[in-house]
Amino acid sequence: MAIRVQSTAFDPGAEVNAMHAANVGVGAVVSFVGYVRDFNDGLDVAGMFLEHYPGMTEKALGKIATEAEQRWPLLKLEVLHRIGALEPGEPIVFVGAASAHRQAAFDACAFVMDYLKTRAPFWKKENTSDGPRWVEGRDSDHAAVDRWRK
Amino acid sequence: MKVTVKYFARYREALGVDSVKVEGDFATVDDVRAFLVQRDSADVLSEQNLMCARNEDLCQLDEPVSDGDEVAFFPTVTGG
Repeated sequence: MAIRVQSTAFDPGAEVNAMHAANVGVGAVVSFVGYVRDFNDGLDVAGMFLEHYPGMTEKALGKIATEAEQRWPLLKLEVLHRIGALEPGEPIVFVGAASAHRQAAFDACAFVMDYLKTRAPFWKKENTSDGPRWVEGRDSDHAAVDRWRK
Repeated sequence: MKVTVKYFARYREALGVDSVKVEGDFATVDDVRAFLVQRDSADVLSEQNLMCARNEDLCQLDEPVSDGDEVAFFPTVTGG
């Protein structure tokens, strides 16, 4: 697995291509890319700052990825998350899962995102038309993670 | 016992500090939390949605603490 937490921009297309490079046993790659929107909860958003918990962030993402690798037969798993200042339209997060067949890759990608949303120590502070504000967690994120507990 | 406490995001701003050291007879993370609510008037640590970690792992408030631990308190995470 690969875990990257970085303040620099990344190219989602290049990340997807790298998921099956040098491994022709990969039959399926599923990826998720999250982007900064220019609006949220009724306000225009001009940008945001992503705070994190250095050390714990990497550890938490590693635990989530390890659990995904134990649940599904993956050939590659990558989790990449931006920190620091971001502008609307920029990619924030990339999760790529590669496997021989599609179902494992679909499920592992969704699993990692659902857990990342509720377990990884990141916090978004938006620069809105009404001034700066911290984004609050959503109950729907917790409902999403509950579906994997069976 | 000595414990280092870290705050993040909205809690860090509300308390005006990113880290404090506390010394006392704590059995659990919740004892550390209650101590800070009392000593520093850290009312934000009484919020219902508070999350916590011990030595960089998410935990519950009843998690036992040991000397030298790093405990963190923060609001609901919002990455992704």
